[in-house]
Amino acid sequence: MSMIPDKPPFKLLDILYKKEFILFVVLITILIINSNLTPYFLDLYNLIDSTFLFSEKAIIALTMTFVIIARQIDLSVASIIAVSSVVLGYTTSLGYDTWLVISLTLLSGALCGAFNGAIITKFAIPSIIVTIGTMSLFRGLAYSFLEDSYYNKFPKIVSNLGSGYLFGYIPYAFLTFILLALVFAFILHKTTVGKKIFSIGNNPDAAQYTGIAVDKYTFVLFTLNGLFSAIAAIFLSGRLSSVRPNIAFGWELEIITMVVLGGVYIYGGSGSILGVVISIFILGMLSFGLGLLNVPGVGIIIFTGLLLILSIGFPSFVRTLRRKNE
Amino acid sequence: MKKILINRDFILFSIILIGLIGVGFANPLFITPKSISDVLTDTSILIILALSQMIVILIRAIDLSVASNLALSGMLISLLSTVHPELPVYYFIALSCLIGTFLGVLNGISIAILKVPFIVTTLGTLSIYRGLIYFVSDGKQVYSNEFSEDFLALIHVKFLSLSFLFWLAVAVFIVIYILLNHTRFGRNLYSLGGNPDAAKYIGINENKYIIMAYSLSGFFAGLCGYLWVARYSVASTQIAIGFELTVISACVVGGISVMGGVGTVLGCVLGALLIGLIRNALPAVDISQFWQLAISGAIILLAIIINTKTEQRKEKTIMVEN
Repeated sequence: MSMIPDKPPFKLLDILYKKEFILFVVLITILIINSNLTPYFLDLYNLIDSTFLFSEKAIIALTMTFVIIARQIDLSVASIIAVSSVVLGYTTSLGYDTWLVISLTLLSGALCGAFNGAIITKFAIPSIIVTIGTMSLFRGLAYSFLEDSYYNKFPKIVSNLGSGYLFGYIPYAFLTFILLALVFAFILHKTTVGKKIFSIGNNPDAAQYTGIAVDKYTFVLFTLNGLFSAIAAIFLSGRLSSVRPNIAFGWELEIITMVVLGGVYIYGGSGSILGVVISIFILGMLSFGLGLLNVPGVGIIIFTGLLLILSIGFPSFVRTLRRKNE
Repeated sequence: MKKILINRDFILFSIILIGLIGVGFANPLFITPKSISDVLTDTSILIILALSQMIVILIRAIDLSVASNLALSGMLISLLSTVHPELPVYYFIALSCLIGTFLGVLNGISIAILKVPFIVTTLGTLSIYRGLIYFVSDGKQVYSNEFSEDFLALIHVKFLSLSFLFWLAVAVFIVIYILLNHTRFGRNLYSLGGNPDAAKYIGINENKYIIMAYSLSGFFAGLCGYLWVARYSVASTQIAIGFELTVISACVVGGISVMGGVGTVLGCVLGALLIGLIRNALPAVDISQFWQLAISGAIILLAIIINTKTEQRKEKTIMVEN
C-alpha cells in the first residue's frame, strides 16, 4: 500500500489559484517579449493562424486532463490518431458516404480507447505500462496496414474542418477546442461527475468504498480519450491533407506536457481546465514566437522538455526548502 | 516462490527453443551456427540495456531516456573521433560511459531531489537528450569513412567464433547477476521495490538508490552508445529512436514486474533473447518488417497480462494459507 498524503482543502485552493495566476503572468510575459522581438507577432491574422499549430493537441489535452486527474496516464493517444487517420483514409478510398466515414473514424478511436480501458480495469495493470504496449500496437497496426504508402483523399467536409474558418476568421479546430474546453470545465468543476473524478484521483480505494464505480469511470475516461484522439485525427488529416503511418509522432509527450504544465498533478487528484488552457496558450505562443525568430523545431523540443521538468521540479524544490526551514 | 520463478525462466527458455525450431522448419538457413551467432550479436545491445533497465524497474521506476542517452553519447564520441582520430578506442569507450553516466545522474537528481516523478523526468529528458543531438551535430551524420579504423575494429574482434558484442553482453550479465544477487546493493534494491515504506524504515536511503540506479542505467546507455555507433558505423540524430520501448518490453517479457521488487536476471536476458529472436525471425519467415511494431506491441501486452495474472494468483494462494 502506498501512502497517500492528506491535503488540507484551504491550502490546496490557495496553491491552485496561485498556479493559474503564475501561468497567466508567464503567458503575458511571453506575449510581450514576442511582440517586442518581432513585429510580425502581433499581426491578427498571424495570431489566429498560429492556433492551427496546437488546436488538435489541445483537444486531446482536455480529456487527458481528466485521465491524469483520475490518477491514470495514456501514452497511446498519438498512435490512436494514426489508427483513426488510416481508417479515415481507407473508408474514403472505399467511396463510403461522408457521414459513415466520419462515424467509422470516431468509432475506431473510441474502440482503441476502450481497449486500453478494458485491459487496465479488467486485469488491474498500471495504465502507463498498458499504454506503452498499445502505443506500439496501434502505431504498428497503422504501419502494417499502410506500409510505405499514404492517403491523400478525404471528404470535402474533413478538408474544410481541418483548414477552414468560421466567418472567415475563426479556425474550426480552434473553435471546437474552445467550446469543448467550456464544456469540460463545467463538467469537471461544477458537476458531481467532476467531483467523483477528483476523489478517484485523490484516493481510488476510498472512492471505491464510498460507492464510486472507479473501474467504470476509468474505462469511460480512456474511451473518451480515444474518441477525442479520433476527433483530432479528423482535423489533422484535413489540415495536412495526407496521412502516413508516422502521423502525429511524439505527440503524446507534447499533450502530457500541456496538461502537467497547466498544474495538473501527475499522480492525480488536483488540477483545473483553466490552468491547462493557459498552459496550452503558453506553449503555443512560445513555439509560434520561436518559429518567427527562426529557432529550429529542435530548440522548441529541448525547451518543452526543460519546461516540463522545471515546472514540476521548481515548485517541489521550493516546498522542500521551506519545509526544511520550518 | 523461488521454484515458480525458476519455472518461469524455464518456460521462457522452452518458448525460445520451440520458436527457434519452428522458424528452422520454415527456413533451415535460420538455424545454421552462423545465423544464430548473428542473432546473438544483434541482440547483445538489447540484452545489456534490458539488464540495466531492470535495475531501474526493480525500484518501481522506468527510464524512458535510455535510447536518447545512447544516441547522444554515441554522437558526442563520434564527433570527437572525427576531430581526433588518433585517440585510442578505449578512450572513446570510457568517455561514452562517462557521458552516459552523467546524463543518468541528471535523471536521478531530478527524480530523487527535485521530486519530479520518474515518468515526467524521463519523458522530458527523452526529448531533451534527443534534441541536443541535433544541437551538437547540426543535424548532420557521421559516416563510416569518417571514423578511425581503430574505432571500428574492436567490434569485429571474435573469440571462439562469437562476436565481441556477445562476450560483452555475457560479461555484463555476470556483473549484474552478482550485483543483484550477492551484494547488499542488490538486496536493498529488491526490498525498496518490494516495499518502499518498509525499506525506508529499516534505514535504506531511497534517494541514494534512485540516483545510483539511474546512473547505472545511464552508464550502460553510454556504453551502448559506443557499441551502437561502432556496430552500424554511423552516428545520426535518428539512431535507436524508440528503442527504449523495445528494452522495456524485453524486461516485461522477461518477467520483471513493473510493480517493483520482482524479477530475475536470467529472466531478463531470456526476455531480451525472445524479442531479439522475433525481430530477426520475421524476415526469415517472410513477414513484412511493417508488422514488427504491431507484433512487439501485442507481445508486450500479452506478457504483462500473463505476468499480472500469475502474480495475482500467487497473492491469492498466500492469503488462503494464512
